[in-house]
Amino acid sequence: MRKTVSAARMRRLLLVTASAALLSASAASAQETLNALVWCDHTDPGLIEPFEKANDVKVNLKEYEGTGAAISIIEQSRPGDWDVLVIDAVDVPRAIDMDILGEMPADQLPLADLFPEVRMDETTTKDGKVYAVTEKFGYNTISFDKTKVDPADMEDLSVAWSEKYKGRIALYDYYLPMVGLTGVGIGKKTADLTEADLPEIKEKLFEMKKVSRQVSDVVASQTALATGEVDIVIGGGEWLTAGLVAEKPNLDWTVPKQGALRWAQSIGVFKDSEKRDLALKFVQYIVSPEGQARLATSSCYWAMPANAKAGEHLSDAQKAVLRWDRQPEYLKNTQLYPVADADLDAAMQDVWTEMLQQ
Amino acid sequence: MTATPLERAERRKAWAFALPGLLWTGLFFLVPFAYMAMLSFWTRQGREVVATWTLDNYVAFFEKAHLFKGLVVSLEITAAVTVISVLLAYPLAWIIAERVPKRWQRFALIMAILPFWTSYVVRSYSWLLVLSKGGVVNQALLWTGLLSEPLELSANRTGTIIGFVHFFVMLLTLTIYANLIQLSPNYRRAAADLGANAFQTFWHVVLPLTLPGIMVGAFLTFVLCIGDYITPQILGGNNELVLPQVIMLQLGRRADFPMAAALSLVLMVVVTLAYVACARWLKMERT
Repeated sequence: MRKTVSAARMRRLLLVTASAALLSASAASAQETLNALVWCDHTDPGLIEPFEKANDVKVNLKEYEGTGAAISIIEQSRPGDWDVLVIDAVDVPRAIDMDILGEMPADQLPLADLFPEVRMDETTTKDGKVYAVTEKFGYNTISFDKTKVDPADMEDLSVAWSEKYKGRIALYDYYLPMVGLTGVGIGKKTADLTEADLPEIKEKLFEMKKVSRQVSDVVASQTALATGEVDIVIGGGEWLTAGLVAEKPNLDWTVPKQGALRWAQSIGVFKDSEKRDLALKFVQYIVSPEGQARLATSSCYWAMPANAKAGEHLSDAQKAVLRWDRQPEYLKNTQLYPVADADLDAAMQDVWTEMLQQ
Repeated sequence: MTATPLERAERRKAWAFALPGLLWTGLFFLVPFAYMAMLSFWTRQGREVVATWTLDNYVAFFEKAHLFKGLVVSLEITAAVTVISVLLAYPLAWIIAERVPKRWQRFALIMAILPFWTSYVVRSYSWLLVLSKGGVVNQALLWTGLLSEPLELSANRTGTIIGFVHFFVMLLTLTIYANLIQLSPNYRRAAADLGANAFQTFWHVVLPLTLPGIMVGAFLTFVLCIGDYITPQILGGNNELVLPQVIMLQLGRRADFPMAAALSLVLMVVVTLAYVACARWLKMERT
């Protein structure tokens, strides 16, 4: 007899406690509240407080990493518990299929002001209805210490497996962009990746492992680069180094000639939200030029705002760090994350784990 | 032969005292363990967990080199940590028990276990700062001219072993010290009377008598070390994965709870084997 069990159910006991605590805390307050499931950049008070003050509302933020974790949290919650969702742009269709996002009025969103390449109608809309809007984007590419490496070398992705910087490289420990980036490095398009491409990518990943010092998460990679443990982070980008520029002007990033991966995050309103007007107002604030400038330079990580008009609210120094002027070139030369079905995803993870064990 | 009313009353009382413990163990160990064992025979297909009986996860563990290597790496690191920790802890415990004046022994022990009072995670990150290329050790060695290039002490197995050894030396010192102070000085006097020198007394008398303390400490070190995830994650630089890290990958990235359960059971079998070996040895020592 076969019986399917939702994987997320396994985590229910653990997560329901955290959610209940968060939600009961919000219920105890008389002030109107909004519950948002977000990435860490939304937790910057400099971003949230102006909205809270302007609307006399308390925004409860629950931070998560990875769409799987978000879906798990949502599955543990009751309909109406959450109002706003920030999600990886490539995973919006998954959220739409799960019927958790509500339609947003296109005429009340500044869609025409978004950089066309990151508007991503193919993922954020369905049957002509808008379910999410891109709010921020950036690149998984190369971050480096320009005082210790030759910046010209960083313009070629093959630096990731060259002997020249052996022992001075950190690999970002997230299989999806790294498999995609390695594919880009050997001339494969992320959108066309299949399991048949993985042996070639694996071989290259093994070469990268041989010349790297460590494979580390965001914090460890950033620390290693900032403290001089490594001089290059493959898979890094403006999100890794831009926020540190005031203290560490020696850190830089670039998109090499082969290209890189582009990530984008989107924001939407939950279909079952009981405060959909307020949630929409929050989304409108986040994608407004002012909100976008704050989001782009939020304390957790910096990255490009999706709204091109945000440039009016960023200083020249901030725009320089974000490489505002080079965006047309970067946008043209970068590809989205691979969109993998369950089997391809599992195969990619196997390849990544094999590489870690080398 | 039937039990007397007094014996029956005693038996009921014994059960009454044992019941909370049995309930606790049943509810919080046996039931979750049975569930985990059952889960290990299920599989994850696509994004769903399928409740069916199969050995697929165990077969995958032995067939997929990157999974099996997790166990090999765990055993290698654990063996190295256990041996090094014993070699360092024994002299430390001996010095505290034999050379430190009685009134200072408690203070010396507190000093020895002081690092226990720091959070385990904080301690591991602190080691990262100490062992890194720009850390205290390398800076000191470079400054004194003993080295021209920094040593690679972190983001590798060396870092993991140093982090572990620092922790487990404290633990082993306690168990060995407890054993050493129980030894009657008459053993050493008798050995001296029979013409044994200091080394012979230690080798033939003191060491054998303190082996139970060493074995208990070594077993605790083995169990805690082989199941640890934090130290290799922070100090190992992800350059090789121990089995607990492989288990975490199944949970955190794949939501493959059946595979994680199977790997956890493998780990549990290894620990059980270590326990059986240790228990048999201690039993043999007593007979």
